[in-house]
Amino acid sequence: MTAQAATTSHHAVEPAETPLTPESWGKLGMWIFLAGDAVGFGALLAAYGGMRATSADWPVPYDVLGINLTAAMTFLLICSSVTMVKALEWLGKGDRGKCKMFLFFTALGGAIFVSLQAYEWTHLIHAGLHINGNPWGASLFGTSFFVVTGFHGLHVTAGVIYLLAVLGVVARRPDPAASYNVVEIVGLYWHFVDLVWIMVFTFMYLL
Amino acid sequence: MAGEHKHPNYMTIFWWLAVLTVVEIAVVFLPMGKLLIGVLLCGLAVAKAAMVAMYFMHLKFETRTLGLIAITPLLIATLLVFIILPDSFYVNHKTANLKPATSAPAKH
Repeated sequence: MTAQAATTSHHAVEPAETPLTPESWGKLGMWIFLAGDAVGFGALLAAYGGMRATSADWPVPYDVLGINLTAAMTFLLICSSVTMVKALEWLGKGDRGKCKMFLFFTALGGAIFVSLQAYEWTHLIHAGLHINGNPWGASLFGTSFFVVTGFHGLHVTAGVIYLLAVLGVVARRPDPAASYNVVEIVGLYWHFVDLVWIMVFTFMYLL
Repeated sequence: MAGEHKHPNYMTIFWWLAVLTVVEIAVVFLPMGKLLIGVLLCGLAVAKAAMVAMYFMHLKFETRTLGLIAITPLLIATLLVFIILPDSFYVNHKTANLKPATSAPAKH
């Protein structure tokens, strides 16, 4: 059986039934990876809370960081989640062209997000926020800010590359059903990055 | 087609997420106690994250066990908070008699 046929009729050819994600093992794999990754972010945010609780001079984040740009970035990421579900929806309807277009918009949204983050970082670094100190108080404020938002930004960057790679897969496979799984799995990753940002935005900027 | 599960109305979820984001930002500036604001913000964040997971990631339409896998990190993170938090008692105790930090810019 060729790889092509294996992807199109995945229900019949799975070596063994996976009761968790009957569609594919890949989806289960992505979920387990994301659960692990979520523990990474959970640890970072818990450590952030710990450092903040132990500090006597932690600055008020939204006074120092500003939340206007970040709110726009949050909105942008929500929009890119919508274009992601649209990409999968169109592929489900057999329209590869629309799917590729929405995958591109999703990647574009991610690229703009990272660019805005680079702009924000540059702005803050010029204002004096450094990884080892800042004019407003606890030096760990800057450390945690750059580590946590950087770790998330790295995920967005990886997601953009991943999305473009999947766009290539959709373009190469003439049968829309052959790439449905791949697109669904990249979608899981992308929504996770959005989900994590919701948490980061709340804990690092708003609280 | 592979999409056996029902498709939720994604635009409804989108508007919910957008509105809740605006509410979050409004909550920051409400004249309320810091604790209440904190609780509200955490609640709103969890609600938004749950919507993304349930509808965008289709968790609502998956098996229960997959849901358990997905929720485990949240339990571990919550546990971590209780592991890390006792540190604050120690450090506050040690630094209680120190001078308050100056607001002078840090040297590099």
